[in-house]
Amino acid sequence: MIAGLLDMASWGLVLAGSLVILVGTLGLLRLPDLFTRLHGTGMTDTMGAGLLVLGMLLQTTDWLIAVKLVLILVFLAITSPTTSHALASAALYGGLTPWRLSDRKDEP
Amino acid sequence: MFAAAAAALLVAMAMALVRAVAGPTVYDRILAVNAIGTKTLLMIAVVGFLTRRPEFLDIALVYALINFIGTVAVTKFVKHRHLGHPANLNGEGEL
Repeated sequence: MIAGLLDMASWGLVLAGSLVILVGTLGLLRLPDLFTRLHGTGMTDTMGAGLLVLGMLLQTTDWLIAVKLVLILVFLAITSPTTSHALASAALYGGLTPWRLSDRKDEP
Repeated sequence: MFAAAAAALLVAMAMALVRAVAGPTVYDRILAVNAIGTKTLLMIAVVGFLTRRPEFLDIALVYALINFIGTVAVTKFVKHRHLGHPANLNGEGEL
């Protein structure tokens, strides 16, 4: 009973994580400006990876694998915002101005 | 289940690759490469679970660190045109 429940929970988590990753990357593709895309990938790195890793966490009984998974999650949660910040500050330093609604050219 | 996650990751990588190629500015390309790195990391972990080999998680862990260092190094290089010591950058040395 418990095993079935665990499997179902990890199924849901992994599929939800994959969905978040897809949506985040779609945001990376479709959004008009670097700073908006930073939001998309930031969400993917933390939320999508978090759900995916949680789904895997439920699948393991060995504590060593669980520790490694939690470590991956912690590293991703720390490094992803740092890279986004570094990239945004480099872009601003390089003279990239954020996208304005008035810059909209082709869409209605 | 993990196969579905692996397929989703592959599609996400393809989309990030499109952004890497099409990205107008160099920052978009750095961002896309960083996104591909994270997805590769997750792909390694998922494949590790698919083939019942927990050693893959060590590789994924190392990949997470190296991906971060690489992205930050490229960002610093693009920002300051060199990776040298920040002494002569009048305080602009930090990221």
